Amino acid sequence: MLDHLPILQVIVPLLAAPACLLLNNARLAWLFACLAGLISLVISVALLVQVQQSGVISYMLGSWEAPWGIEYRIDLLSAYVLLIISSLGTIVLLAANTGIRQEIAADKQSLFYVLYLLCMAGLLGIVATGDIFNVFVFLEISSLATYALVAFGRDRRALLAAYQYLIVGTIGATFLLIGIGLLYSMTGTLNIEDMANRLPVDTNSGTVYTAFIFMIVGIGLKLALFPLHLWLPNTYTYAPSIVTAFLAATATKVAIYLLIRVQFSIFGADFGGELIQPIFIVLGLLGVFVASTVAIKQSNIKRLFAYSSVAQIGYMIIGIGIGTSLSLQGTLLHLFNHALMKGALFLALAAVVYRIGSTDRTCFNGLAKHMPWTMAAIVIAGLSLIGVPLTVGFISKWYLVLASIDSGMWPVALLIVLGSLLAVYYVWALVESAYFGKADASATSSAPIKEAPLGLLIPLWLLVIANVYFGIDTRLPLEASASAASFLMGGGQ
Amino acid sequence: MYYDLYNYWMVIILMMIGLYIVIKPSNLIKKLIGLNIFQTSVFIFYISVGKVSEGTAPIFSSTHSVYSNPLPHVLILTAIVVGIATMALALALVVRIKSAYGTVEDDELQEQDH
Amino acid sequence: MNLSPELLIQLIILLPLVAAAGVVLSHRHPNIREAISLTIASSVFILVFLLYRQIINGETALVHWISILPGLNVSFKTEALSVLFALIASFLWIVTTLYAIGYMRSHHEQNQTRFYSFFAISIAAVMAIAFSENLFTLFIFYEVLTLATYPLVTHAGTEKAQKGGRTYLRILLGTSIVFFLPALIATWAIAGNLSFTVGGVFADDTPSLWLAILLVFFVFGIGKAAMMPFHRWLPSAMVAPTPVSALLHAVAVVKAGVFTLMKTVVFIFGMDTVGELITTDFLLYLAAFTILASSLIAMKQDNLKARLAYSTISQLAYVSLGVLLASEAGLLGSSMHIAMHAFGKITLFFCAGAILVVSHKTEISQMGGLGRKMPITMIAFFIASLSIIGLPPTGGSWSKYYLLLGSLETQHWVLMAVLMISSLLNIAYLLPIPIRGFFPAKSTVSQASDGSEAIQGSETIQEAPLPALIAIIITTLACVLLFFFPQPLFELAKMVGVAP
Repeated sequence: MLDHLPILQVIVPLLAAPACLLLNNARLAWLFACLAGLISLVISVALLVQVQQSGVISYMLGSWEAPWGIEYRIDLLSAYVLLIISSLGTIVLLAANTGIRQEIAADKQSLFYVLYLLCMAGLLGIVATGDIFNVFVFLEISSLATYALVAFGRDRRALLAAYQYLIVGTIGATFLLIGIGLLYSMTGTLNIEDMANRLPVDTNSGTVYTAFIFMIVGIGLKLALFPLHLWLPNTYTYAPSIVTAFLAATATKVAIYLLIRVQFSIFGADFGGELIQPIFIVLGLLGVFVASTVAIKQSNIKRLFAYSSVAQIGYMIIGIGIGTSLSLQGTLLHLFNHALMKGALFLALAAVVYRIGSTDRTCFNGLAKHMPWTMAAIVIAGLSLIGVPLTVGFISKWYLVLASIDSGMWPVALLIVLGSLLAVYYVWALVESAYFGKADASATSSAPIKEAPLGLLIPLWLLVIANVYFGIDTRLPLEASASAASFLMGGGQ
Repeated sequence: MYYDLYNYWMVIILMMIGLYIVIKPSNLIKKLIGLNIFQTSVFIFYISVGKVSEGTAPIFSSTHSVYSNPLPHVLILTAIVVGIATMALALALVVRIKSAYGTVEDDELQEQDH
Repeated sequence: MNLSPELLIQLIILLPLVAAAGVVLSHRHPNIREAISLTIASSVFILVFLLYRQIINGETALVHWISILPGLNVSFKTEALSVLFALIASFLWIVTTLYAIGYMRSHHEQNQTRFYSFFAISIAAVMAIAFSENLFTLFIFYEVLTLATYPLVTHAGTEKAQKGGRTYLRILLGTSIVFFLPALIATWAIAGNLSFTVGGVFADDTPSLWLAILLVFFVFGIGKAAMMPFHRWLPSAMVAPTPVSALLHAVAVVKAGVFTLMKTVVFIFGMDTVGELITTDFLLYLAAFTILASSLIAMKQDNLKARLAYSTISQLAYVSLGVLLASEAGLLGSSMHIAMHAFGKITLFFCAGAILVVSHKTEISQMGGLGRKMPITMIAFFIASLSIIGLPPTGGSWSKYYLLLGSLETQHWVLMAVLMISSLLNIAYLLPIPIRGFFPAKSTVSQASDGSEAIQGSETIQEAPLPALIAIIITTLACVLLFFFPQPLFELAKMVGVAP
């Protein structure tokens, strides 16, 4: 049984999905989905422990030897990302039962869990597999599920957002497919490990460069790399809040993982370095500043945090662009930390939507009186987003700044901290209206607003506590990211 | 030499046509057709990569020693399936958009929401 | 009492938090709530005093809490400057609580529980800052202090209070994120160590240009020291209730700023290094400019609290200047000035608050003749003013003396002149207030300025509420006593920066 963990990681949610369809009862489906989520969480923990103890796990699907058969390959990086996806996916799932009650019609709720589990299976599959074509297939599985999930949104604009995301996502995936085809024609293999071994011979070939660019742009579309991010704000704004929390916490993280995998594992850390690294740094910084500035002006808070996600992705890209072991560790830390803070923020917004039905800025006026726990969660997660000490946000910012100073990029270090100043603006404007704003008369005349139900509050506070806990006891993410980063840098050369 | 690579030229031309149709028209269905053409160009690319000149179908026989590579063909079968699923989902979305807005023209949709 | 210093430090930091919890739990019973505040404030002071006895005997302690990153610890240590700062802050916490009881009740403030609990949290942060073993720990609690004081600044909840709070937060968080944090990380990258070490943490071969730039970053980054041009938050913070302005924005928060600066100069750079850096002169003259400019601005303020705020900015720059002189006398003067200014300025704020509560007057021009109605308050104001100016028989004269000596020793004649001129300016903006309080100019009365007539006419104005009055008397006495018995503070100040 233990030997089969890599495949079980993907199979459990994949098979649980159609089972939910058969249950055809929202509450049962939810319980069952939670169970599947918990099992995959346990598996990912076991995998991480196993990898830390005995190194890379290689699993041959159907016992066909790699590189002919499909290999599932769990190294430190994938084990770390698997843990992020399964834990965040499960926590958000815990909140789903209450969270979707107001946003999705009762007869469609069990379908929601089917899609949710499919999406999660796809994301886990991308990370677990060691076969590049398999990556494409899983990417499409998760993307198709995501498009449908987004279309669940109550607002009819959710349909347009889903359509827009579908077009962009398909183009991105097809670009990736072109890149894979070109690489296959150069190396004759689809196994990532095998491909990496064969590639250095041909690095000067134009075809390999073309493949590289196609893959980077394709992944860039999926991860909303500035300026390819235009689909993200609409998608996050109009999707049901639970879906937004899930996507923000996991989907972009997987895309970042894929970028790291392609850049460092397949092409090697030095490939295209002098060309692509400055581009990453500049795009990352632009993402931070442009998206944060746009975020400040948003009147819809969900859209505000969507833009803030684009900015945070910028930080991760900067870390990849600097390209040292330290900066990569910063990116990996931010992967984990951003999942925690955005998961918490969007769950809090889900709670607000549950009670008020809107995330417009005016709805937040004076809301702290009615929903003290939800607002306190927003404050703490917001502080983490800014990067205040004793929260997780501080740790990743620390590593990114340290890495840029270490590489002699002083201006980058300064710009990174300046970027978090913009976060202060948009977080604090929200906090101020929640605590000091006066609710308008029309809102107060109707029934008093109550605190969100426990079904939402408990998962929300789990994430908030994680935001603080991992900001103080940093050992787990720090060790995992440090060894994953040095593994990648060592493996790439 | 350029003539030898005409299949790749066709792929590029199809790809550009597809992308253009995705971007230019305002009709949502037409965009999907463009997306389909774009994807098909990649399918053709894969198929022609697998073809080895003078090679036959990869079935062992005493008269042939050169075979085409079957793997890309198999891969693209998967990709075609994915493409069909995407298209089905996209069309379903367009149907819902039509019933929610009463139109499938992008510019009219934008107007309705503002 | 045989408590180990390790235990003492932790108790000192944690007890205020207990007070905060207690305050929240007893929110239905104001008397119990205030009793908790007072009791814990007193016990914290006693504990700090025990620590003072131990450090005089040469006992030090190190407490390690957690390690956030390898080598990056949250830990605490006793050291002379820490004890000095903690002594002042904890003593004045008792007095301020006493004062606050009188003030908040007679002013009928809302949300008093929130007020007292965040007040206690702020004190916990101040204590943690005081005993920080390294710059990282200090930075964390520096930020905690900013955030914990924000609800106090915006206590009134009005549009004006929110605006003030926004400026407060923007400047304090902004400077610390843009300057302090990068400087901190750069120090870590260069030296690999953030522990406060006698003589500094940098290796001898560190390029001095880097250090010079870092010093500028630190001075600007420590926004709580209110060095121009990052001083605007302090006048903004004056929208807070008077006890907050008194303890936090005349003592705890601003002193945490200059304290951080002292710690950085003495224990991160090392005095000798700072003396040689090319940017030190620039910063010294910036401090001198701050002293003069804010004194001049203070003269123009008619709002009493605003005038006191600008006076604080000027006095903080004295401390910064003394530190940057990088001489023994300068450091001594700065350490003493932290204490002396604290007692003087808190008295002034107490008086301002008493006047507000009793007569609802905030503008100086309305205060003519007030001394007849509130003689004790006005006499206290007069004595505290003397201490700020630096005239005997008040404690302020000692610190001013050592600061002058420091500039003399290092032969900074211009700075010496600035210090002298500034003292004259202090006289000009502080003394008129009590003088006009007792001897209102005939013209102001006949000008029929509504304020003074109201004072003549109304019989309701009398001395401040008793708890507030007691607080005022205590701090005023302290100002005088410190002139005659500066020895304990002097001994502590002399130990600062000396290797054990």
